[in-house]
Amino acid sequence: METEVIKKILDAEGMDRVITRISHEILEKSKGTENLVIVGIERGGAILAERFRKKISLIENVIIPKGSIDITLYRDDIGEVGTQPLMKGTHLEFDISGKKVVLVDDVLFTGRTVRSALDALVDFGRPQWVRLAVLLDRGHRELPIRADYVGKNIPTALEEEVVVHFEEKDAMDEVYVARKK
Amino acid sequence: MLEGKTDVVEELTPNKSNTQWTKKDLLGIKDLSAEEIELVLDTAASLRQVSERSIKKVPTLRGRTVVNFFIEPSTRTRASFELAEKRLSADTLNFSGGSSSLVKGETLKDTAKTVEALQVDLIVIRHPSSGAPHRLSEYVKPGIINAGDGINEHPTQALLDMYTLREKKGRLKGLKVCFIGDILHSRVARSNIWGLTKMGAKVMVAGPKMLIPKEIEKMGVEVSYDVKKAVKDADAINLLRIQLERQNEPFFPSLREYARYYGLNSDVMKNAKEDALIMHPGPTNRGIELSSEVAESSGSVILEQVTNGLAVRMAVLYLLSMYKPENK
Amino acid sequence: MSILIKNAHAFDPRNNVDDILDVVIDRGKVKQIGKSLDVSCDETIDATGKYLLPGFVDLHVHFREPGDEYKETIKTGAMAALRGGIVGAVAMPNTSPATDSQAIVEFVLKRASEANFNIFPCGTLSKGRAGKDISEMSELKEAGCVAVSDDGSYLSNPLVARRAFEYASSLGLIVMSHAEIPQLTVGGVMNEGETSTRLGLKGSPDIAESMAVACDIELAKLTGAHIHICHISTKKALENLVRAREQGVHATCEVTPHHFALTDTRIKNYETNLKMNPPLRTDEDKLFMIEGLKKGYIDCIATDHAPHSEEEKDREFEKAPVGVIGLETSFPVTMTELYHKEKMSLDLILEKLSLNPTKMLGLLDFNEIKEGSKANFALVDLDEKWVVAEDLFYSKSRNSSFLGKEVQGNVVATVCNGKLYQWAKELVKE
Repeated sequence: METEVIKKILDAEGMDRVITRISHEILEKSKGTENLVIVGIERGGAILAERFRKKISLIENVIIPKGSIDITLYRDDIGEVGTQPLMKGTHLEFDISGKKVVLVDDVLFTGRTVRSALDALVDFGRPQWVRLAVLLDRGHRELPIRADYVGKNIPTALEEEVVVHFEEKDAMDEVYVARKK
Repeated sequence: MLEGKTDVVEELTPNKSNTQWTKKDLLGIKDLSAEEIELVLDTAASLRQVSERSIKKVPTLRGRTVVNFFIEPSTRTRASFELAEKRLSADTLNFSGGSSSLVKGETLKDTAKTVEALQVDLIVIRHPSSGAPHRLSEYVKPGIINAGDGINEHPTQALLDMYTLREKKGRLKGLKVCFIGDILHSRVARSNIWGLTKMGAKVMVAGPKMLIPKEIEKMGVEVSYDVKKAVKDADAINLLRIQLERQNEPFFPSLREYARYYGLNSDVMKNAKEDALIMHPGPTNRGIELSSEVAESSGSVILEQVTNGLAVRMAVLYLLSMYKPENK
Repeated sequence: MSILIKNAHAFDPRNNVDDILDVVIDRGKVKQIGKSLDVSCDETIDATGKYLLPGFVDLHVHFREPGDEYKETIKTGAMAALRGGIVGAVAMPNTSPATDSQAIVEFVLKRASEANFNIFPCGTLSKGRAGKDISEMSELKEAGCVAVSDDGSYLSNPLVARRAFEYASSLGLIVMSHAEIPQLTVGGVMNEGETSTRLGLKGSPDIAESMAVACDIELAKLTGAHIHICHISTKKALENLVRAREQGVHATCEVTPHHFALTDTRIKNYETNLKMNPPLRTDEDKLFMIEGLKKGYIDCIATDHAPHSEEEKDREFEKAPVGVIGLETSFPVTMTELYHKEKMSLDLILEKLSLNPTKMLGLLDFNEIKEGSKANFALVDLDEKWVVAEDLFYSKSRNSSFLGKEVQGNVVATVCNGKLYQWAKELVKE
C-alpha cells in the first residue's frame, strides 16, 4: 500500500518526553508503585508498556511486574478483516486480582481494541482498578471509552492513518500521519 | 473493525510464515500445504494457554453455532471437539447416528440441508463412508471439519500427533515416525502419512501384510512386516488401534497371534531408541497392540496427545471461522 | 414410408461399399442404392459430408424394465440408443423380476416393438440369478433369448456353472459372463491400487476378474460353450482370454468406452459417476484395452449402460450404486479416443461397434448397405466437436462419466426398422 506522509507527530526524543511525562502522571495518580502493574496490548502497546516499566524503574528504583495481553480471541470481528493475525499469546506473570492495572496501547481510535482488552483482562481476575494510557488519541470513537493518560491528541480524518514505529520492531521511533496515495 | 484499517495492518502482524487460512473446510491433510499445517500448529500453540487458566473460555466464537454430526460412534473425538467449541464460546448442537434421521433412511444430502437450514456456521462430521465430508461440502455452505471419514482421513488426529511430535522433538523435518498395526483401515495413519511426508519426516508403516494397503510405498513411505526391525531408529512409534469391530473379515489368525508378533511390548522396545515417543490415538487395547508396561513408560505421550487434541481442534475451529469467500 | 438419403458417404466393408451414394429406403428395407438417384420419397435427408454406417449393435444394456422404470424404460432407453446410432441391443436380465421366464422375455420384446427398437433378450443363467439352479433355457430360447447371463453377479458355484454352460452350449445360447470372483471384491468400491490407497477407499483387486475369466475358460473348454466375457477391464483377464483363443476356445469379449477412455486416477473427489463395476482400472489396463481393440483381442464395444436416478447416485461414494449410462456417448467417445487420438481405422471401429456384434448374434441382412437388407443405419459426422451435457440426454438418467467432456464425432441421424430419426443439436423431446 503506497502512502504519503502528511504530518510528522513525534520523533524519538518527542516520544521519550511523552513517556517520561505519562510515567510521572501514572505514579502520581497511583500514589506510588504498590500493586501497580502495566499491561500492554499486543503488539504496539506491549512495547510501550515495556518503556513505561523502564522509565518508572528509573524514577522510583522499583521494578514493577510486566504483562502483555493478546486480544485476538476477544475481537468482535472474526472473519470480517482480511488479514489474519498471528496470536502472540497473553503473558501475565502475576495474579491480576487486586492489582492497579494500567492498560497501555499505542493509538486510541474506535475504542474496540480497548473493549476487547478489558474483556480479556477480567478473564484473568478482578483488578482493583484499570486505567488506560495511550501514546496517541486520534478521535473517532465508536464506544464510550476514554483514556486516563494521553501522550498527544491528534485530530485526523477517517481515511488517514496514524503510523507508529518503534525501535524494537521498526529500527526507529517515530509517529506520523499518512494518507493513501 | 478495530483501530482503523491501516492500524490493523500495523498492529496485527501476519504470522511468521505469512500464511493465511484460505479454506472453507478441513476435509483432509491431503489438501493442506506444509505452511498451512504449520499455521494450524502455531495457532494451537497460542490457544493452548486458554485451557491453562482459571477461566478456560474465550468469547472468540460467541454467537456461532457448530454442529457435531457424528454418524459413527465416537466418544473421545466428539468430547474433544465439544470442549474445544465450548472453550471458544460457540453454541454446539449434537446429531449422532442413533438420534439422527439418517438411520431412518434419510439421505446425507437431506440431513445436511436440514442442518444448514438451522443457520449453523460449522459442521464437524464423523462418517463411516470415505469421502462423505467431501460430499457434504458440496451440499451445504457452512464450513466442514472432517472428524474421521471411513478409512480415509482423520485430519485433526494427525494434526495433534504432529503437534505433539513437534513439541517433544522440536521439529518434524527429518524425524522418523513408525506406524504399527492395521494400516489398511486406519484413517489416522493415512492422515499422518500425508502430513508427515509434507513436513519432511520419514514414515515407516509396519504390520501384518494383510493390513498394509496396496502400493502404499507410492505415498512415500517405507513398509516393514517385522515390528522389531521397524522400530529401530524411530523417533516416535505410533500404534494404531486394532479395530476389533472390523474383524468380521479374516485379516489375521487371532488376537493372540497379533499381540505376540505385532504388539508393542518392552521386548520389542529394546530395539528402539531410548527416547522414542509412544503414541496412540486411543482407545487402546492393552495387551494387544501395546503392553501396559509400554503404555505407562516414560516415552508414552498418549495423554498429552489428548490435551493437545483440544488445542488443535480449537485452532481448526478458529481458523475455519476466519474463512471468508473473498480471502481466496 | 420412404426415405431418401442423399450424398452420404456410404461405408459397409461387408458389401465393399465405400462411396458417395444415395440410398432409398422403403417400408423398412433398402430399396435402391446408386449415384444421384432421382426418386421422390416421403422424407429426404441431405447427408453431404456425413458417413452412412451399418447401425450399431450394443451387446450390453440395462433397460431396467420391468422393475426399475424410474431409472429407465425400454422406451426411453431405446431413444437413448437411437440417439447414439445404436439400432439393436442385448437387454441384460437383471430386471425385477429377473428375465428368467418366457413371460418376461415376451414383455420385453413387446415393449421394444412398441418403441420401434430391436432388443435381443438375454435370459438368466441361473433361476432368479440366484446361482443355485440353472434357468429354463429351452423356454427362454423359444421366447427369443439369444444369450444367458447372471450379469451383475458371477455364477461362482462351479458345479452349477458347469451344468449351465453345458445346457447353454447345447442350445446355441451365448454364455455372457460377468467375470468377478465375489469373495475377492467384498466391500470393494474401486480398483485396488495406489489410487484406492490414496483416496482411502476399499479396492477390488484386478485378479477378481482374471481369475473368473480363467474359470470360465476352463468351463468353456470342458463344455464347448461360447463364452463371452462382458465388460472386460483388466490386462490380466484379457491375456487369459487371448491364450484361450489360441487354444481354440470359443471365447469372445467386449469392452466399454469408459474402460478404454478413463482410469481410476480420474476419481479425485469421490465422484459417483465414476463408480461402476468392473471399476475403472489403471493406465496400463486402459492401454491394453486399446491395444486389444487394435489387435482384435477384443471383439466388440458395448456400453454396459446402467442408469441410476440422481438421488441414488448423489450420495456417499461407498453407498452409491455401481454403473453409468453410455448409449448416447458410446460412438462419440469411441471416435474421440480411438479414431481421432489413436488413429484407428473406421473399418476397425465399425467392426467393434457394429459388424462383430451383428455377426455374433447371427443377424442376417440386419444393417447392411445393400438392396434388400433391413434399414438399420447410423448417419454420422466423424469430426463434429461437442460437449456432453446433462440436458442432451434422452435417457431417463444422467449418470454419465463423460459429463462436461468435449468429444469429437456425432450421430446426426439414425434409421431404425426403416424409420428416420434426425437429431437436432438441442434436445427436442417428444
